[in-house]
Amino acid sequence: MGESYSDKVMEHFTNPRNVGELDKPDCQGKAGNPVCGDVLQLQLKIENNIVVDAKFKTLGCAAAIATSSMVTEMVKGKTIEEAIKITNQAVTEALGGLPAVKRHCSVLAEEALHSAFDDYYKKQGKPNPFKK
Amino acid sequence: MKKIYLDYAATTPTDPEALKVMLPYFCDKFGNASSVHCFGQEAKRALEESRLKIALSLGADTSEIIFTSGGTESNNFALFGVADALVNKGNHIIISSIEHHAITEPAKFLEKKGFNITRLRVDRYGVVDPLDVKKAITDRTILVSIMQANNEIGTLQPIKEISKIIKEKNIYFHTDAVQSVGHIPVNVADLGVDLLSLSGHKFYGPKGVGALYVKHGTKITRFLHGGDQERMRRASTENIAGVVGMASALEICQAKMKEEMKLQAELRDKLIKGIIEKIDDIILNGHPTNRLANNINFSFKYIEGESILLNLDLEGIAASTGSACTSDSLEPSSVLLAVGQAQEDAHGSIRFSLGRWTSEAEIDYVLEKLPKIVAKLRAMSPIYNKKG
Repeated sequence: MGESYSDKVMEHFTNPRNVGELDKPDCQGKAGNPVCGDVLQLQLKIENNIVVDAKFKTLGCAAAIATSSMVTEMVKGKTIEEAIKITNQAVTEALGGLPAVKRHCSVLAEEALHSAFDDYYKKQGKPNPFKK
Repeated sequence: MKKIYLDYAATTPTDPEALKVMLPYFCDKFGNASSVHCFGQEAKRALEESRLKIALSLGADTSEIIFTSGGTESNNFALFGVADALVNKGNHIIISSIEHHAITEPAKFLEKKGFNITRLRVDRYGVVDPLDVKKAITDRTILVSIMQANNEIGTLQPIKEISKIIKEKNIYFHTDAVQSVGHIPVNVADLGVDLLSLSGHKFYGPKGVGALYVKHGTKITRFLHGGDQERMRRASTENIAGVVGMASALEICQAKMKEEMKLQAELRDKLIKGIIEKIDDIILNGHPTNRLANNINFSFKYIEGESILLNLDLEGIAASTGSACTSDSLEPSSVLLAVGQAQEDAHGSIRFSLGRWTSEAEIDYVLEKLPKIVAKLRAMSPIYNKKG
């Protein structure tokens, strides 16, 4: 089964980056639910419009854990404008692809990211300018 | 790295002794059992000697054993063969809600063709209530098919009790014994079944060969159309090497059964006890005692089965999961849902199945690695922290 995953996915699955929770996150995003077997939680620290830190916790398969890990890496150092444009395709590509049945995991990662920015603007008391 | 195989319910290695016995039938004794010459006669003899071994093991007559390509074919044969033969008598078939796909899919196919299928509920251990069988029977019922042992959770069914109920009604009774033959005593008269499926590679025989027991007088339509092989019930040149290997493997199982059942049950109970002692928030799936001696199945809450499985694999331990991510459906194990388990818990299930070469050191190794893997994944799980 491991063979259906790319080396990059297995690498992030066995050695996930940024696992855990932030001390004082500026915002938190969630996606998925336990009934479906996937829950992604993403916390961000944002300073001067730049994502300076990110942490995740994920319940799910190897693909869910690897996409979570990858999205925290990709988001760090980016401005909100740049970060919000990270798509599930971009996360999938960065991981060297995902098996077809696991694509939904990358969609969850994108959802969690958008949910985090929704939360950010809500806490700022501003409308989310990127909300479609 | 150590490589520990704890997935014997998926498939077993061919026993080296059985392999030795079957090897001459590839190059030297390669004859077609239907040929008149001595090459054919040699193959025919091997075929019939193997049939006798299988028949003796099951307490059947040789004419009641039909060789097939494996468990799936045997199950398809039983359902389609009886359905076709008795279509004028009735169109109702009863199965359980925890049958293998090799039963549920043929049943679904028959449903599309106009048959009515009843899928019996099971209790929380996965046991069918014989009274439910009785209640489900109508005057249109032609066949009941209940597996002897479940492939995921190892639960054994009250086949004899169910048989007693069915016998009163003149309805055929089939059991999928793919997980049990070679592992526990299986006698067709004792069980009271009319049809029984078995598969060679589940008991240290080769893959691609199995058998269907069909009791004398049972009406069944032939499965493969072509030559006259298998008493005109299943055409195709016989897989002599496979059949010889399977019969030899079953003989070996028979000789070792008592000892292996005892040893595997001890190792099984050690693993179950160890997991319960070392890991919290788990559910033992299947019956606590009335289960196959080699089956262990747990759900680990707050984490997902595939993640556990891959981590085990990275430590050299091969197990399996019926959880979402192993199939395209993304649905958790239908067996666990049928025993009433919550979907979120069913996602975190792992099956360990032991076998002939499982050692105590291997069980100790699993008990050393598994708690660490579960702890690591739970530390990563956003729903684990939420609890007290």
